[in-house]
Amino acid sequence: MNAATVAELTNVNVALGQQEVLKGLSLTLSPGQFVALLGSNGSGKTTLVRALLGLLTLGSGEIRLFGTPLNRFKEWRRIGYVPQRFGATSGVPATVEEVVLTGRISVARRMRGFSSTDRQAALKALEAMGLADVRKRRVSHLSGGQQQRVLIARALVNEPDFLLLDEPVSSVDLENQELFAQTLERLSDSKASVLLVAHALGAMETLVDRTVVLDQGRVAYDGPPSAEFQDDHAHHHPPGVLHTGGLPRER
Amino acid sequence: MGLEFMRRALLAALIVGITAPSIGVFLVQRRLALMGDGIGHVAFMGVAAGLFLGTSPVITGIVAASLAGAGIEVLRERGRTASDVALALIFYGGIAGGALLAFKSGESSKVLGYLFGSVLTVNNQELVILGVSGVAVLATVLLWRKELFAVCYDEEVARVSGLSVRRFNFLMALAAAVTVGVTMRVVGILLVSAMLVLPVAIVQQLSNSFRTTLLGSMILGGILGVGGVLLAYRLDTSPGATIVLLAIATFFAAATAAQVLSRKRALPA
Repeated sequence: MNAATVAELTNVNVALGQQEVLKGLSLTLSPGQFVALLGSNGSGKTTLVRALLGLLTLGSGEIRLFGTPLNRFKEWRRIGYVPQRFGATSGVPATVEEVVLTGRISVARRMRGFSSTDRQAALKALEAMGLADVRKRRVSHLSGGQQQRVLIARALVNEPDFLLLDEPVSSVDLENQELFAQTLERLSDSKASVLLVAHALGAMETLVDRTVVLDQGRVAYDGPPSAEFQDDHAHHHPPGVLHTGGLPRER
Repeated sequence: MGLEFMRRALLAALIVGITAPSIGVFLVQRRLALMGDGIGHVAFMGVAAGLFLGTSPVITGIVAASLAGAGIEVLRERGRTASDVALALIFYGGIAGGALLAFKSGESSKVLGYLFGSVLTVNNQELVILGVSGVAVLATVLLWRKELFAVCYDEEVARVSGLSVRRFNFLMALAAAVTVGVTMRVVGILLVSAMLVLPVAIVQQLSNSFRTTLLGSMILGGILGVGGVLLAYRLDTSPGATIVLLAIATFFAAATAAQVLSRKRALPA
């Protein structure tokens, strides 16, 4: 109920088909926190993020964003979202700038083109991601790491108060992962709260204020980032949490 | 020689040539390039109903197409697996129902003109319908182009931007349906998707931005429509088929050009 929270999940249950993915999950995120959401495949990380954004129907429980119940939440410009997969390698070409501008939809005026304010905001986000030079290039001609940064720039274009990133490094090679850590470092300097879904923290550990580990749809650990959650090969307690076996990727 | 029919044909081909790719570009973006075909199947029943009832087949065709567009969108929303069979029921129901009605109407000889288009017989009333529908579709697409692009590019992020994705999906389906209704008069139901998709497929090989693709394919569509009708008049061929074959020839020319360009780009500077 507190307006000073960024996100509040209370007893949230979510089922995908027959399978219960989130089981009575409660979690509160405070302003300015950089939270890493860890857990093995199928633990419910992506489902939690999607539920938080209203993309999934809750079985029961309540979610609030900035103190407002999700179904009445309107201030979408305060939210930045980087989805797990690259949205469109679709047929029709689009430039980097055009993709980033779609992030302005929440603030831009309807039934007309983007304003010069919109374009300036896009340019600023592109500059922050080091993409200003390629803004007229076709997105599909960029490298995987660059495409990733395009999506982050799109999420940043409204200077959101709450940024959600769903496994942004999973499809990116090691070199780009380090670049990505540097990018996040810049983000953590801003006032935004960040919820980062990841398999392991790796180079990002120093940025993280708080680690939440999910296991089978429940919170298994919530606290400061600890050594045992740093890499994929940890075998400490809670057991099973960080094993990344050959399970299918969660959706 | 009566060139009045030619003037009407050229104007009809121009309207359709510009309108069809403007919505086609969004269908291609969403990988729904063949949605026009599905709508066309049902539009056929509308046309046949028009023949049966003795009213304008263009109007009943547009109405049936719109209902089909909305129906397909509802199914698409519900998910893939179940909708596959449902779509088959709608499409073949449309064709079979249309064939039945056309036969009953005693005017089944006119059916061929709607299957393959007969732009040379467009009358003034139909030209007005084409014009009004074309302007409505163009206005819809151009006024909401950034919203439609956002929805087509990344539906979930559009939703998280507070956009009513559902409303825009329906708007898109309706615009596509009306376009199919008017396009079938020119190139025929069987070639409707060609007009929606081919200009886009040609231009996107050479463009880098969505904006260029949208505007370029509208201009190219207009040129192909008018050029196809003129060429058909010269060669004494069917205009609808000529427009589409001209588009396919242009497609291969553009593909070759794109390949040459990319090879040039690949060379060390």
